[in-house]
Amino acid sequence: MWDYSDKVKEHFFQPRNAGVLEGANGVGDVGSISCGDALRLMLKVEPETDIILDAHFQTFGCGSAIASSSALTEMIKGKTLDEALKVSNQDIADYLDGLPPEKMHCSVMGREALQAAVANYRGEVWSDDHEEGALVCKCFAIDAVLIEDTIRANELCSVQDVTNYTKAGGGCSSCHEGIEEILAKVMAERGESFKPGAQPKEEAAPAGMTNLQRIRKIEAVLESVRPQLKRDGGDIELVDVDGKTIYVNMTGACAGCQMEALTLQGIQQKLMEELKEFIKIVPTKVSSLTRAMKG
Amino acid sequence: MTGIYFDNNATTRVDPAVVEAMLPYFTEQFGNPSSMHSFGNKVGLAIKKARMQVQELLGAEHDSEIIFTSCGTESDSTALISALKAQPERKEIITTTVEHPAILTLCTWLEKDGYKVHLLKVDGKGRLDLDEYKKLLSDQVAVVSVMWANNETGTFFPVVEMAELANAAGAMFHTDAVQAVGKVPLNLKDTKIDMLSVSGHKLHAPKGIGVLYLKRGTRFRPLLRGGHQERGRRAGTENTTSIVGLGKAAEMALEAMQYENTEVARLRDKLEAGILAKVPRAFVTGDPSNRLPNTCNIAFEFIEGEAILLLLNKFGIAASSGSACTSGSLEPSHVMRAMGIPYTAAHGTVRFSLSRYSTEAEVDRVIAVVPEIIAQLRKLSPYWEGDGPKAEPEKAFAPTYA
Ligand SMILES: Cc1ncc(COP(=O)(O)O)c(C=O)c1O
Ligand code: FES
Repeated sequence: MWDYSDKVKEHFFQPRNAGVLEGANGVGDVGSISCGDALRLMLKVEPETDIILDAHFQTFGCGSAIASSSALTEMIKGKTLDEALKVSNQDIADYLDGLPPEKMHCSVMGREALQAAVANYRGEVWSDDHEEGALVCKCFAIDAVLIEDTIRANELCSVQDVTNYTKAGGGCSSCHEGIEEILAKVMAERGESFKPGAQPKEEAAPAGMTNLQRIRKIEAVLESVRPQLKRDGGDIELVDVDGKTIYVNMTGACAGCQMEALTLQGIQQKLMEELKEFIKIVPTKVSSLTRAMKG
Repeated sequence: MTGIYFDNNATTRVDPAVVEAMLPYFTEQFGNPSSMHSFGNKVGLAIKKARMQVQELLGAEHDSEIIFTSCGTESDSTALISALKAQPERKEIITTTVEHPAILTLCTWLEKDGYKVHLLKVDGKGRLDLDEYKKLLSDQVAVVSVMWANNETGTFFPVVEMAELANAAGAMFHTDAVQAVGKVPLNLKDTKIDMLSVSGHKLHAPKGIGVLYLKRGTRFRPLLRGGHQERGRRAGTENTTSIVGLGKAAEMALEAMQYENTEVARLRDKLEAGILAKVPRAFVTGDPSNRLPNTCNIAFEFIEGEAILLLLNKFGIAASSGSACTSGSLEPSHVMRAMGIPYTAAHGTVRFSLSRYSTEAEVDRVIAVVPEIIAQLRKLSPYWEGDGPKAEPEKAFAPTYA
């Protein structure tokens, strides 16, 4: 039996906004019937203001899929489209007081339905770029596709590498056999064979950019998001760059707030696009000075 | 715990008489059966009795053909690995697409060691094609492993006949009879079955006790080596209490055999007919004319099984489902997929499995509750409209990346 929160159960047993919405002007159909989850989200948007007046859903799916759909409609009603689009899958899960790792994809589906419905309203075509794989690491809810892609993109060759890049395997370690299998498969594609004792990758800067250039680029990205953070009463400071790990210090209203993880995810994405390499952004609570003193 | 327990293929309640038989072996008769003193001696006798009770249930020729193990899974692993180790020149295994993971996951693992695994397909009713099977039998096949009855649908396989064919080809034959033992009469001495797996917790004995039946003369290589327990074929100090419990449960199962196949079957049929009469777009999966007396598996189209189970649970009714969501995997039950059941139905399969403790009142209650639950969920389904599915449901709702 899944360990569902009371909130999940409540939204499953008494779903809000279920059923067809007459006069909907934005509809998003997403999901995968092979996985057993699919969702139609219907929005009634006021054209003058872009405000979501009403939202309904129909869901083919399990308890948490229905609960996620119900929660989503409650969360976005009354919001403008742009505000609604800021709702992340983590927000949906948080609203429900958490979901089991196997069920996080239900919240992802909710977020995708929202994107699809908004695109439909705006007359755009929405296409999904995320492919879902079998869950490998339960501690961190990481699936096979993400692990495979990361190994391929970074030519990883050890379980430790995979943990460094994706977190998978960094908890109870029971998924290491599964990770080794994926490593063996992807390494075979590039003509190598997996060796259990292999040294984790050196986290070197990619050729073509000096360390200084990299740091300048990173600073520039942080600079570009700073105005937005300041508006919310916070700030971000670059603490250190250690190979592919970028340490930052979130200050002010951002530190420790619900949005911190989300904001960091966004910044990490931006950094990867700019640097064209995989990096990991790690918040630290120490300032650059103390870190430097510890050496 | 009150409530209606219709999930007896998952596990069963230990019969109070079984518990009673076990209790002295925790405290008074705690000795090690291998010891020379009288603390151990009585325990040794109790195990001997249990072995004979199991022998009786299986219709085995000798009591030494009964090896106690820790579970059905251990029996399955022991059987297959032994067959491969004992015949190193044979590198092939024949099994079916609808086996329990205790066989399938093991076979996937063995494939990595270079063994070739043939998976027999099933048709829409979950039946095997014996011609396909005959063609695959050769002097390369070390072992054939085919379950006696499928755990999800209850469908029987013709294992007695298949064992004859394997024997003629010089291959060993193993059957995972975890679901069948205690529900169907067995007479192993008149068959060519070499090995058979039993799990105690499916027949009102405790969890964590199993049996591997090993026909006398079948070449064998133990999985666990060490002490001389089980004549050196399964080392490790015996789980005496559970062995005694399984013996008692075997005796009781034999006594209830007639009841299982008449009264339990009647209740199952009533349940099935009652639900199907009231719920549209629902059908029985597997082969209804050839299955376990206690099992019925119904596919409710256009809704998802975990949601059904959660609502059933609210009414105190326990069943299980082949949906992907109940197992946390990305695909619905491999058994439903192998039978070609479409996704829109496979995710909505619910297995009701009764036992000799099930009552008519329970059956009536489930028949009364299920139609409501199904209707409630269909109201939420994007495939459904009013009293029936939308016209061409797969077109009316075709989500991105389906
Ligand atoms: C057909 C079949 N084989 C094997 C097993 C595994 O038995 P055990 O839980 O005793 O290892 C089961 C139990 O679910 C089963 O149904
Ligand atoms: S499951 Fe991956 S570390 Fe625990």
